[in-house]
Amino acid sequence: MSTVFIALQANEDTRPIIDAIVQDNPSAIVNREPAMVKIDVPDRMVIRRETIEEHIGRDYDLQELQINLITLSGHVDEDEDSFTLCWNS
Amino acid sequence: MQIDLRTVSIQAQRQTFDHLKRRFGDKPASRYQEASYDIQGAENLHYRPTWDPDQLIYDASITRIVMEDWYALKDPRQFFYNNYTLARARQQETTEANFTFVESRGLAEMLPEELKQIALKLLVPLRHAAWGANMHNAFISGYGYAAIFTQPCMFHAMDNLGIAQYLSRLGLLLGDQEALTAGKEAWLDEETWQPLRRYVEDCLVLRDPFELYVAQNIALDGLLYPMVYERLVDGYLSSKGASAVAMLCQFMSDWFDETRKWTDAVVKVAAAESDANRGILQEWTAKWSSRAAEVLLPIARQAAGSDGEEMLNEEVTAFKARLKKIGVEI
Repeated sequence: MSTVFIALQANEDTRPIIDAIVQDNPSAIVNREPAMVKIDVPDRMVIRRETIEEHIGRDYDLQELQINLITLSGHVDEDEDSFTLCWNS
Repeated sequence: MQIDLRTVSIQAQRQTFDHLKRRFGDKPASRYQEASYDIQGAENLHYRPTWDPDQLIYDASITRIVMEDWYALKDPRQFFYNNYTLARARQQETTEANFTFVESRGLAEMLPEELKQIALKLLVPLRHAAWGANMHNAFISGYGYAAIFTQPCMFHAMDNLGIAQYLSRLGLLLGDQEALTAGKEAWLDEETWQPLRRYVEDCLVLRDPFELYVAQNIALDGLLYPMVYERLVDGYLSSKGASAVAMLCQFMSDWFDETRKWTDAVVKVAAAESDANRGILQEWTAKWSSRAAEVLLPIARQAAGSDGEEMLNEEVTAFKARLKKIGVEI
């Protein structure tokens, strides 16, 4: 089994995003490092626009994710509604 | 000599305040949570206010609505002072730019006289209604319970004051000082405006903050904003060639779309709390929204004739559908 991850800066903007990722990916493991939050998920991670919007209470463009993105691993599949990381196998 | 660099991770002693830890568990809290939850004093208030000894300083029993936890009424926009002022400052810049655009291009002079008169007659008296909304929300903020509910009401009050100011500026731009005087006279004496004026003034003497919330923010705003700004200004007037007016009213349409999320959320949570609450909310919304529809009728008729009547009927249907969605059927 392989793991995908995403690392975001730890700040006010990413807090609801992290909550949304955890909600959509029950198997997510959240590692809180100094100034950074790294989220590991086995196989596949989905980040949904709708869930983030629920948490922040306004419209959200998934590309805003890039502002606080540090790094990620996995193949990226991105459209307007979701941002998916997985290993194609 | 060799120097090793390594990262030392220092765990914070506390992630957040104890009262937030009790609510949400031991994890970092958002600024909104820190600025809103359990902020209002709830214990050890020894004395009753001298100005009204029948109530406590913060008294949940002033309203008929009963909540196990008033802090359930959260604001989905998560506004607290900082991000609220930032959001409104951005909108203020947009509005300012719109006014400059209309002024510098001379769009106000290009408006056909007849449309200009319709717009002035429709919009300028509304600044008095917006001032009423300011008073009402300040009252809810003063007598409501729990900071999470009273805080956005204060923001709402300030927004309404802003709307009143934008309407005054619109009046000054399109019709100068005389437009404001005429607007006030219409508000005080004209047949068309008396029902709405009566509605606003009756609300001024309501003593139940939650009923006032329903009467003003749900029933009246819920019909007035879509009717006046979406239908009449953005639709009816724009299609006839007065899109400059729509530009000047952009804030009001945007603001209504945004605040509706909050008003819906508050009523939804309060109605879901108990059947008793739902019953009271149904009674209030039915009473005030049917009255709001009545008072808006002459205004719609004055602006757009029989089309206005039809638009209002459609808006009433849409309003009922909106309420049904949040669990209040009328």
